[in-house]
Amino acid sequence: MNGLNVKFGYRDNFLGDIRPVDELIAEYTVLDGGKAVINAGAMKHKEVNDVLREVALRGAFEITVNNVYGQRYIGTRLVLPREYKPVKIVINNFPGNDLGMFLKGHQIIVNGNAQDGVGNTMDDGEIIVHGRAGDVVAMSVRGGKVFIRDNVGYRAAIHMKQYKEKLPVLVVGGTAQDFLGEYMAGGIVMLLGLNLRESEPHRANYIGTGMHGGVIYLRGTVEQHQLGKEVGVRNLDDADREIVATYVKKYCEHFGGNAEEILKGNFIKLLPVSLRPYGKIYAY
Amino acid sequence: MYSYLLPEFTIERSEDKCIRCRVCERQCANKVHEYDEDLNKIFSSNELCVGCQRCVALCPTNALYVHPRVYDYRPNSSWTRDKVQNLKKQAETGGVILTGSGNDKPYRIYWDHLVLNASQVTNPSIDPLREPMELKTFLGRKPDTLEITFEEGKASLKSQLNPNVPIKTPLVFSAMSYGAISYQAYKSLAMAAKEFGTLFNTGEGGLPEHMREEFGGNAIVQCASGRFGVDSDYLNSAQIIEIKIGQGAKPGIGGHLPGEKVSANIAETRMIPMGTDALSPAPQHDIYSIEDLSMLIYALKEATNYEKPVSVKIAAVHNVAAIASGIVRAGADIVAIDGIRGGTGAAPLATRDNVGIPMELALAAVDKRLREEGIRHKCSVLAAGGIRCSADAIKAIALGADAVYIGTAALVAMGCTLCHKCYTGKCNWGICTQDPFLTKRLNPEITSQKLVNLLKGWSHEIQEMLGGMGINAIESLRGNREHLRGVGLEEWELNVLGVKGAGE
Amino acid sequence: MLVQKHFESDRFIPDKEMDACGLFGVMNTKGEKFGGSMAINAIKNMKVRGSGLGGGFAIYGLYPEYKEYYALHIMYQNKNLDAKRRVEAFLKEHFYVVYDEEIPTNPDVALFFPPIVWRYYVAPQKKSEDQAIPDDEYVVTRVMYLNTNVDDAYVFSSGKDVGVFKGVGFPEEIADYFMLDKLYQGYIWTVHSRFPTNTPGWWGGAHPFNILDWTVVHNGEISSYGTNRRYLEMHNYYCTLHTDTEVLAYAVDLLMRRQNLPIEIVSKIFAPPMWDAIEQMNENDKKLFTALRMTYAPLLMNGPFTVIIAHHNEMIGLTDRIRLRPITAGAKGDFVFLSSEEASIRAVCPDLEIAWTPPGGEPVVVRMNSQDHLLSVKKSI
Repeated sequence: MNGLNVKFGYRDNFLGDIRPVDELIAEYTVLDGGKAVINAGAMKHKEVNDVLREVALRGAFEITVNNVYGQRYIGTRLVLPREYKPVKIVINNFPGNDLGMFLKGHQIIVNGNAQDGVGNTMDDGEIIVHGRAGDVVAMSVRGGKVFIRDNVGYRAAIHMKQYKEKLPVLVVGGTAQDFLGEYMAGGIVMLLGLNLRESEPHRANYIGTGMHGGVIYLRGTVEQHQLGKEVGVRNLDDADREIVATYVKKYCEHFGGNAEEILKGNFIKLLPVSLRPYGKIYAY
Repeated sequence: MYSYLLPEFTIERSEDKCIRCRVCERQCANKVHEYDEDLNKIFSSNELCVGCQRCVALCPTNALYVHPRVYDYRPNSSWTRDKVQNLKKQAETGGVILTGSGNDKPYRIYWDHLVLNASQVTNPSIDPLREPMELKTFLGRKPDTLEITFEEGKASLKSQLNPNVPIKTPLVFSAMSYGAISYQAYKSLAMAAKEFGTLFNTGEGGLPEHMREEFGGNAIVQCASGRFGVDSDYLNSAQIIEIKIGQGAKPGIGGHLPGEKVSANIAETRMIPMGTDALSPAPQHDIYSIEDLSMLIYALKEATNYEKPVSVKIAAVHNVAAIASGIVRAGADIVAIDGIRGGTGAAPLATRDNVGIPMELALAAVDKRLREEGIRHKCSVLAAGGIRCSADAIKAIALGADAVYIGTAALVAMGCTLCHKCYTGKCNWGICTQDPFLTKRLNPEITSQKLVNLLKGWSHEIQEMLGGMGINAIESLRGNREHLRGVGLEEWELNVLGVKGAGE
Repeated sequence: MLVQKHFESDRFIPDKEMDACGLFGVMNTKGEKFGGSMAINAIKNMKVRGSGLGGGFAIYGLYPEYKEYYALHIMYQNKNLDAKRRVEAFLKEHFYVVYDEEIPTNPDVALFFPPIVWRYYVAPQKKSEDQAIPDDEYVVTRVMYLNTNVDDAYVFSSGKDVGVFKGVGFPEEIADYFMLDKLYQGYIWTVHSRFPTNTPGWWGGAHPFNILDWTVVHNGEISSYGTNRRYLEMHNYYCTLHTDTEVLAYAVDLLMRRQNLPIEIVSKIFAPPMWDAIEQMNENDKKLFTALRMTYAPLLMNGPFTVIIAHHNEMIGLTDRIRLRPITAGAKGDFVFLSSEEASIRAVCPDLEIAWTPPGGEPVVVRMNSQDHLLSVKKSI
């Protein structure tokens, strides 16, 4: 438009100025047998993951990462050779987007809030967030467990799926924003509503819209108009109560709280009405 | 409700040729033909026929003739047969009209208005049968420059290169997922790609575990909105990872693999329970913006330890050039552009026929834009959507593509007759169906040979045309629009394509 | 009257730009001024959200000694001195220019093709027939005139005691180039890091966008751009920069300055509740929201967006109604933050007292000497 559409070249915001991993380990990492402590304060996204991978390959299985402020994909590159056992990563305090994306069996503990895309397309493992999390938590998760102490943002558990023994679980202590469980195709979502006042409904609208598999357990109240048209409301049966109790206890193990008190609350169960919500919209 | 729809095809059977062998009856999944024992006669129901010509092709005595019915209603240029039939169909069902395969509307096909050059006098043409004629192509990001060290007069490479994948011919099978097509068809593509030294694309339906070791080296795996079967093993098994943003046949919408097609094997590959709908949302819900795309690109690079090129496939839409620039800046190593004539297993007719732009124009615009911004070398460009023959492919390369994706052409090579009924799951050719009775008609050993033959034939033709132009390496034609001229195109079209009119 | 540029057909209107980005804003609700380090470091923390093709800052309260005058920041592309002469002749005719200078830049920072950037402190010099026109209107008209009629000259900041600094580069480079941290103090800083999918290398295309003391930084793509633009043109706002953010800036000016609607209503025009949700409302609200949607349908901002809108004494964060783009708010003492990512707030304010994320379409309104921003907490997560 201004005749200025000239060559500008390309600036790599992600891969530019990445320091060699050995240098980073020497400067910012204390490696002591199976334990490692990484100071990520001055590290870029890729640098943190370079270091994580390297210390894991050198045998660390309990890794603490300090001074994390928004670095992405923590845990994603830990695709380790078979002989390595899963590692435990403690993050202090604020990891960036796509925490534990594609995670393969490791455990991640966050002492702080997490952002968008926690456990995105995760395969297996466990993510425990001592705080809240942003949008699309546990998106397309196909295995493993995600525990969020407080609230989650939009579109949590969107398109979560299950297959045989792979049964993903998302447990949220607080409430969620809209489109919880959208397109959900399998797995278990639990929303405990612990930070809501008595009789205050959950904050999400369009819960379970397009849901065609899996189950959502909701503690607390929710109005009919908050639910997507593809879900039905049921009461819990004994098998449900057992599942709920299991994960509420797990939740309390991670974050404290009285499991029995929580279990006294009113739970409902949301199920898809059809495995084929869109089977009838076409003219053949 | 009594249907007011008229049959689309007429079946004629010469009774004197018909030997009542009942092949037609067995071959038709639409149950068009039925043998009456009492009368010793085969009856055919025209209204069930989709015109796939399976029965015609297999009739041992050539007794059958299936042809489209002429327009039976009062002729009308505005209210064509399609429009009237679809209205009736919708009145009966209240549904969205589905279709399969690619756009059949008469939008201008620019390939048919572009002609290639050949050497005469000033520059010798080359004979590919006896002289070297190189088609080898590398897909991936190329560096700005190279760092070379000289020691004792010996030069060695110091730079670290970005991952690149070589292919022996600039023809790559485009994304067709296991689920959309049968296992036999899927495996045929994989086998042919492996044998010929090129790539096939798994689509978003996953890559069965037992195929990974053998065919991973020739696979492009997709990470799409459904994330079916996506885990780090899957990603790491392939050569290239493709993020599917859009598809030329249905830009802007997702896909539904109906539950009845989700068999045990497909369920295992996609990692979802048998019989449930496999829904691919329209967007990837972690990508609502270009910086989100960047986030996924680097997530995939993280998951594969920066060892694989990441491709981003988009449908050709209005702002395709700007979008492609954003994609390259977001970190993609390959940009795939799928034009309005690209195929699909199922799409709403309204979308397939009306959304998107022709790939030729999109490709020319993208290539130009990337060059103007000085980032063309940062990515390879794959052109897809309606490449019908080697000439289309070579013209695409001259317009700026590194390689082309072929989908429909490969299906036709396997037997497809473009009946556009892929969405019914009753493909009599065993391609777009999961019915074991139908899929066993396709033998991967034989079908893959047909695909290899296609690659061989096209590659040879490309070599012939290249040689004619006096070029002996495909890279010298890439973006070399001097070797194209337009015929019968308007000024603005020539401008967008960046080619001169013939004789200019 | 504002000026419209004539195109023979809509066909020749340039495509809009689309970009996606990182945003950050910080305001001191007591009006105390502070330097740019928080804004600069926060946006630097989100470097991967931009691509180095645009960055910019808006600062409120930076020109105390000239706060009675409109501060015009004008860039002259291609170092076009003829454009500068023409602009200055125009300014001389229509304004009293009390002081002007080249905006100081750091010679050690090499940026892409920098234009000449000049600043003028001006007061309207109205002819007798213009006396009835309010000052703001007068200035807007003149700014529009310059932007549409003088090639290579763009007024990119035109408010009183507010300044926009922007260009092609990562935002921290722009900050270095204009030496923002050294030279200026303000009580609101908003900043933008750009990832364009269109027209790189164009300084005017960077954010923030400004008209008078309104500034907008934006992340996302407004799919309703064509509809919005045509409606605004009807109200004599001509989009010279062809980015979707520009329509937001003008829509804010139209609704808030000219039509006096409060931001709480304006946010419901840009990101209205779904008809389903309106059905659930009480009669009063139902009537109000139905009327809003009917009347202002052409100003619905469709598609993904997060914006931080600011003017004197107010900073507003808003997302589209299904929150396709992120925003997080945070507060500590008198400081309130808005950001694309929570971690960037934490990075510059490790002892944050509260962080929250409002639902789509729910504004976070940060007002001087008030706690209004906390009103959104209850509906947030």
